[in-house]
Amino acid sequence: MPPYAGPSTAARSGEVADTLRLMAYLALALTLIVLDHRGGWLNQARKQTATLVAPLWAVAGWPGRLIERVSDDAGTMSQLTEENRKLRNDALVNQARMARLQSIAADNLRLRGLLEAAERGNLDVVLAPILDIDLDPTRQRLVLDAGSRDKVRVGQSVIDAGGLLGQITGITPLHASVLLITDPSHAVPVVVARNGVRLVAYGEGRSDSLNLRSVPLSSDVRVGDMLVTSGLGGRFPPGFPVGTIAALKPDDSRAFLVGEVKPAAQLDRGREVLVLLSIPPPPADTTQFDTQPAVPEAQAASSPAAQAAATRAAADAAAAVAAAKHKARKSKPPATATTNTAAASTATGATRPGASAANAPAGNAANGSRAAANPATAGRNPRQAANAPASRPTQAAPTTPRPPAAAPTRDAAPPPAENRP
Amino acid sequence: MTRARHHWVLPTSLVVALALSLLPMPQVLLPLRPYWVGLVLAYWVIEDPDRVGLGFAFLVGLAGDLVSDGLLGEQALRLVVMTFILQRFRARLRFFPLSQQALAVGGLMLNDRIVTAAIHMVLREPALPSAFWFSPLTGMVLWPLIFLLLDALRLGSWRRR
Repeated sequence: MPPYAGPSTAARSGEVADTLRLMAYLALALTLIVLDHRGGWLNQARKQTATLVAPLWAVAGWPGRLIERVSDDAGTMSQLTEENRKLRNDALVNQARMARLQSIAADNLRLRGLLEAAERGNLDVVLAPILDIDLDPTRQRLVLDAGSRDKVRVGQSVIDAGGLLGQITGITPLHASVLLITDPSHAVPVVVARNGVRLVAYGEGRSDSLNLRSVPLSSDVRVGDMLVTSGLGGRFPPGFPVGTIAALKPDDSRAFLVGEVKPAAQLDRGREVLVLLSIPPPPADTTQFDTQPAVPEAQAASSPAAQAAATRAAADAAAAVAAAKHKARKSKPPATATTNTAAASTATGATRPGASAANAPAGNAANGSRAAANPATAGRNPRQAANAPASRPTQAAPTTPRPPAAAPTRDAAPPPAENRP
Repeated sequence: MTRARHHWVLPTSLVVALALSLLPMPQVLLPLRPYWVGLVLAYWVIEDPDRVGLGFAFLVGLAGDLVSDGLLGEQALRLVVMTFILQRFRARLRFFPLSQQALAVGGLMLNDRIVTAAIHMVLREPALPSAFWFSPLTGMVLWPLIFLLLDALRLGSWRRR
């Protein structure tokens, strides 16, 4: 027997014991497995132990949660970095944009300043919305949504983008009424822009046309001529377009032309107008001119007289006066029947023909030396000339200095004298 | 006695092993999870045979079953078998170099897998995916680490080998 037989047998016996224990444990384990596998008898035991095991589960969950949070944070970190980068980019772009906008704003301010200066310098205007439009043949008016509060005053001119529209005739604190140049009672002194021939454009009650009457045949007026306000009479500022001559034809007497003017302003369109705030200078005191008007107005008389006056010098006016007076007397003064006949006659003679006939000499003579000498005739526009004598005898003086509503009207005007040869 | 100084290491290491076996892992890494309880118990069977025997292995297995909510007795059976084999080869294993020891442990883990598969087959339980056969490999790789770590904890210092 080898010397190690003893220990080996001892080990062997231990082995056997171990094996037996192993068998016992294996049997136990297998019983448990089978018991658990069949019917789940051990569920109760599981439930009891689950409470003990729960903390272990929680502990086991820590690393997971930690990892989760770390990865989450990392994700957030990268996300934030990305976002930061993007925002920084955006900020840069926006800054660049801002810089550009600032320069534009500066430009804007500068230009605005220029524009304002320009407006201040030339046109002080109020933009007034149109509240109401009254366009029928007897009444061509507008009501504006701007009144005395907006510094609108009676007599101010109203324009639109195209040209002259009318004048303010009535005013309340909030509203103003506008008499359009197309109103049948309105007349506007104009000049032909091309050559300065003075005419008067009358309203007809149609919003698309004005009327020129008694245009001397000799005057160089053609179809297509542009008419602008002359500024005579001080009612309207000079230089605003009134219209273009659309047609010219001889009148019944064959001695004058009658013209049709297409208004430059869009009287039947638009929703806003501009009121020129520059208040016209109050019409000059007409008392001063009262004596004089008779002289040149008389020129008007008849066409031959006018023609003669045109050709003759201004000094010949007196003769013409006589002729005119004579003529006027013959023509019965109709409308102003109540008034003094003499005054009325001068008025009738003066109204239209005075204007038209005076044109010729004025055109020529005014160029000459006479302009200053005869302010009441040449300088004053015909309506005023007509107005002054007509109203004077009957009405008190106070009416004359402020003729705004009355001034453009020619209600007192009788039919033109020249129409009866 | 050096051993007496570190009684806490044995239960603590086992609890940690149980927790590690419960550690939630990504689905991809799940098959690679080593049998932590088996590895730790193997260490104790080798290093502390006086306290850790078949009975202890059985109890640890039961605890593992309860914790992992598996078939009660399954891990107990596996650990008992493993412990028995270890006890058989303990004397030789102790003097193996660490690499060889790791190989032996790998074989042991493979055996464990076979036992598990056998149990599942016998009981007609759903078989584990074939990927789980890789877990002995990770166990083998991790063995040196576990061995050295537990040695250090148990003895209070790194043991030279």
